[in-house]
Amino acid sequence: MGNVPTAVKHCLSYEQLIQDYPWLKRLLLEEKEIVPTGVKIQLIDMLSGTGLPVIEATSFVSSKWVPQMADHTDVLRGIHREPHVRYPVLTPNLQGFHDAVAAGATEVAVFGSASETFSKKNINCSIDESMLRFEEVIKAAKERQIPVRGYVSCALGCPYEGHIEPSKVSEVAKRLYEMGCYEISLGDTIGVGTPGSMFKMLQSVMAEVPTNALAVHCHDTYGQALPNILIALQMGVCVVDSAVAGLGGCPYAQGSSGNVSTEDVLYMLHGVGVETGVNLAKVLEAGDFICEALGRQTNSRVARARGRTL
Amino acid sequence: MGNVPTAVKHCLSYEQLIQDYPWLKRLLLEEKNITGHEYPEFVRIVEVGPRDGLQNEKEIVPTGVKIQLIDMLSGTGLPVIEATSFVSSKWVPQMADHTDVLRGIHREPHVRYPVLTPNLQGFHDAVAAGATEVAVFGSASETFSKKNINCSIDESMLRFEEVIKAAKERQIPVRGYVSCALGCPYEGHIEPSKVSEVAKRLYEMGCYEISLGDTIGVGTPGSMFKMLQSVMAEVPTNALAVHCHDTYGQALPNILIALQMGVCVVDSAVAGLGGCPYAQGSSGNVSTEDVLYMLHGVGVETGVNLAKVLEAGDFICEALGRQTNSRVARARGRTL
Repeated sequence: MGNVPTAVKHCLSYEQLIQDYPWLKRLLLEEKEIVPTGVKIQLIDMLSGTGLPVIEATSFVSSKWVPQMADHTDVLRGIHREPHVRYPVLTPNLQGFHDAVAAGATEVAVFGSASETFSKKNINCSIDESMLRFEEVIKAAKERQIPVRGYVSCALGCPYEGHIEPSKVSEVAKRLYEMGCYEISLGDTIGVGTPGSMFKMLQSVMAEVPTNALAVHCHDTYGQALPNILIALQMGVCVVDSAVAGLGGCPYAQGSSGNVSTEDVLYMLHGVGVETGVNLAKVLEAGDFICEALGRQTNSRVARARGRTL
Repeated sequence: MGNVPTAVKHCLSYEQLIQDYPWLKRLLLEEKNITGHEYPEFVRIVEVGPRDGLQNEKEIVPTGVKIQLIDMLSGTGLPVIEATSFVSSKWVPQMADHTDVLRGIHREPHVRYPVLTPNLQGFHDAVAAGATEVAVFGSASETFSKKNINCSIDESMLRFEEVIKAAKERQIPVRGYVSCALGCPYEGHIEPSKVSEVAKRLYEMGCYEISLGDTIGVGTPGSMFKMLQSVMAEVPTNALAVHCHDTYGQALPNILIALQMGVCVVDSAVAGLGGCPYAQGSSGNVSTEDVLYMLHGVGVETGVNLAKVLEAGDFICEALGRQTNSRVARARGRTL
């Protein structure tokens, strides 16, 4: 590179970057390990037998952005649709919605944000622009009597903007609800929330959206997911998002390491006497399966305690 | 009630009232409900990493490393650091260097350094080494008591009485632990009344504080609530602490419930080190870093500097060649 200073050469070197920042390497590589369609279908089929009432099956997003979900049609068509179980799919725009319906979708979800910067970086448009897209989806969904769930990401903090005002979260939640979403899932996308910020955010949102239309979607990046969920339950929320084995996170939020695991949530909920209709042992089996298929350890502490480490 | 009219009988029945009027039930219950957003102003963190944490590490940690860890923790603002255990090295080889550790650490003013003393001999050794606070370790489970310290609960109380008596003579405060407070690896379910019975005995014998331990981490906010309700009827709340293990990921919600009920002392271990070697599969104390993150998030003062605890966690994990159990530490890029 001629006379480029070492410091610049350092920055320009991908190899140097991923050597100096192992988390970046993991992040970049994780996106490239595509899970085979058959494995996805088998996972969903196993989950269908656990009593879980809702299983988010796939995302009708462009494969250019999320290669992992490129087989969305095959997955939705390939799974066994258990009676009394719902299989919502993400539909970021009208095109995705039509593809989803063509593939047999009977429930969809749209993904908004309480952070302008995150909205632009994650779905390439401002919050207002995203709402226009969602309005199209919701209108088309209403015509087909397909329910739409709304997500609000960055509800307790943004990887770019940091603190997010509760009033911003309630504003976005209210818009989605009034547009026609039957439920709003409030997501702590990078897991920075605590019972303190969860309380304040929910207080604000509950002034705008009925509590029975709210869900919490907590990430366990800072170990706060279960106490945050507990506070939400104490405030009357009765829908909780979680992921078997604590899989996944947001690839656009650096350092974020995972959804709260369904197993750990169930352990807590059953421990406080809440009914879920879900069989923990069967979820543990599904978790075993997917971790073995992915060659990774579970993020669930319950699974690890039961000797299911890989 | 003979010929009392139905309407009057109806009014006279509290159960009927709250059945017919759910809003009334909610109203009446809310007076007793945890509102979900009231916490103590200040919570004292008792750092047990150097003792409870390191005790469970199979590789013997060099004395110098232990001393350096404690010295780093002494600079974080932690008010109490459990330094070591004066237990027989035959049982717990990791703690064989107890005297060297206690003599070797820098004793920060305003920081207390309790040490475990399972019996009178251990107590005398501890005092000779400079101990100014001690702790005794009882159990709510008979089987666990026999397997862990080789005697029944009653026999252990006699030993502790000796220690407490000797400690009183020297004006040395004694902390009492009750292990298996939310479940036992051998007996399974433990009745809350058993926990409160043991806690009460220790308190009445003279322990200034009782730390209630979820030794194998099986507790949930449900069982924590019931156990604390029972214990609080026998021991003042300000004399209680919770010692939660995160084996099933329940430590933080359990601590949260305890705080909502008025408990204001929490045990934790830097980097989530350790667990109980006698409880199969148990994988760790709750990490101090994650507890601090939550406490500070709900507006509770601790006096502890999280960044400095993270540094101490980095140090001990590197020295042990292991990854931290703290999610906060991992999120901040401090994985090893």
